[in-house]
Amino acid sequence: MSAAAPKKDGLYDCRDSFAATIEALAEADSRIVTVVSDSVGSSKLGGFRNKFPDRMVNVGIAEQTLVAVGAGLANGGKVPFVSAASCFITGRALEQVKADIAYSNVNVKLIGQSSGVAYGELGPTHHSIEDLAWLRLFNNLKLIVPADPWQTAEAIKAAAAYDGPVFVRVSRMAVPALERPEGAKFEIGVAETLLEGTDVTIIANGTMVHRAIAAARTLAAEGVSARVVNMATVNPLDEAVIAAAAETGAIVTVEEHSVRGGLGGAVAEVVISTNPVPMRILGFPGFVPTGSAEWLFDNFGLNEPGIADAVRQTIARKK
Amino acid sequence: MPSPATPLQNDLTGEIAAQALWIRRRSFQMVYEAQQGHPGGDFSAADILATLYFGVMRYDAKKPRDPGRDRFVMSKGHCTGAFYAVLARAGYFPEADLSTYMEPLSKLNGHPNRNYLPGVETNTGPLGHGLPVATGIAIAGQLDKADFRTFVLTGDGELQEGSNWESALTAAHRKLENLTLIVDRNRLQQGARTEDTASLDPLDDKWRAFGWHVETVDGHDHAQLFDVLSASPKGRGKPLCVIANTFKGKGVSFMHDNVSWHHGVPSKEQYELAMQELV
Repeated sequence: MSAAAPKKDGLYDCRDSFAATIEALAEADSRIVTVVSDSVGSSKLGGFRNKFPDRMVNVGIAEQTLVAVGAGLANGGKVPFVSAASCFITGRALEQVKADIAYSNVNVKLIGQSSGVAYGELGPTHHSIEDLAWLRLFNNLKLIVPADPWQTAEAIKAAAAYDGPVFVRVSRMAVPALERPEGAKFEIGVAETLLEGTDVTIIANGTMVHRAIAAARTLAAEGVSARVVNMATVNPLDEAVIAAAAETGAIVTVEEHSVRGGLGGAVAEVVISTNPVPMRILGFPGFVPTGSAEWLFDNFGLNEPGIADAVRQTIARKK
Repeated sequence: MPSPATPLQNDLTGEIAAQALWIRRRSFQMVYEAQQGHPGGDFSAADILATLYFGVMRYDAKKPRDPGRDRFVMSKGHCTGAFYAVLARAGYFPEADLSTYMEPLSKLNGHPNRNYLPGVETNTGPLGHGLPVATGIAIAGQLDKADFRTFVLTGDGELQEGSNWESALTAAHRKLENLTLIVDRNRLQQGARTEDTASLDPLDDKWRAFGWHVETVDGHDHAQLFDVLSASPKGRGKPLCVIANTFKGKGVSFMHDNVSWHHGVPSKEQYELAMQELV
């Protein structure tokens, strides 16, 4: 199974990869079911519903029941993929994620759709820039933030193959397919180094990875050698890659999330207790004003020039 | 272990009564020794638990994850005294383990954990979690056309949690006749009477309006409980809600219908007095 075709201009909606992959997996494994809260279209699961009408459970607009029903289906031997807008499946059902899924340690896959600021103009109620901070507290819940269509497909396959709770954060923002070496593999908990570098390491995930690569190329033209790491798994962290990043003497993290408690916070926890080096965490400061997602990225420096600036400033702090 | 399929009614209710008494005595000993727990709710639920485990449910305690087992979800997860006692009595783990209740590193946490204890289906404690999970279990059974049943026991104050009513809609919409909710209707929540806090009555009408089949029984009458819980759900086309009218602290005079025994713990004198009554 492969990632779905690009939408336009060589850019992809990762939800298409999620949908194509879950349909292919469901063909091969009759235990796979989907659970939605009137979120069929926004999860791009119309095709799944047409192919497997009996294997989609729609509980209506009821996120607590959405997540709990996933736990119950796992108890009954199913492999449920529970899919809804990331802001609601996490915040509205957080105690169900904690008690029914993580603490109960059941084989449920939570899919947080349209995460980050994808619903830009709809405002902070519909933004999901807190989800990783909330979920990172549940130590046994695997957290994956894929960066492109290939990695989304691989993350869904890995989640299905893993026996335990997983959260996959899927974006609807247009992203390019990243260039990878032949034979690249995805493994939960293993980060990938997309660009080698020695002066600084940019650690990003999700929709920020291609922007981090663009910033690194700009910096390279200035003679700055920036490593770019795609840390798609936020839990468990690839601590060896973080330790290696600290060896470059400076780290900048970039995420479509709050600067509080997400990827940057997770990386900082490792860095501060092993090899403290100058660090900068790029993301959103909190509730953000009205604007399109692209406007928000630009306004908060989550773009090529913003990342490059942050890198220059962080390198300047090296001793 | 489960009783034979067609026992003499008197023998069965006698067996259930004996187990219920044992559950009350053993759970109260656990609470006394731990000086923690929720004995009032243990006692209101004891007859329901004994009827389920020693009369109604199909299970093999040596195969706690058997796909065909009937499931029991203890939504009122704070009443672990009675729940652990019945699980041990049913053979899921040694009765001697009950003496470790709430000790450091004990598998017998204040609220049940399925990863420590066989027979626990889902980790409960926060209220309003059991029915939604049980709904998911029942949907799995429905998808597989399996014949196992799913039982869930909630407190009554717990029904103030909105999550229950979300899943009430889902269960009725999907005609989950394999799902049975038992409400331990002791009319006392932690701090006061339910009707003085956030009224539930008329509770039977509420469940009917949500599309459930409702039966109301004396929750301390084993024959009534057995009859309503053991009746085949096939063809009913609706989930079943059994409103079991009970008393918090049932079985001990000074605890009877007394809110202070929600999480009250006995002194030595009270413990000995209670044990004299629980015979």
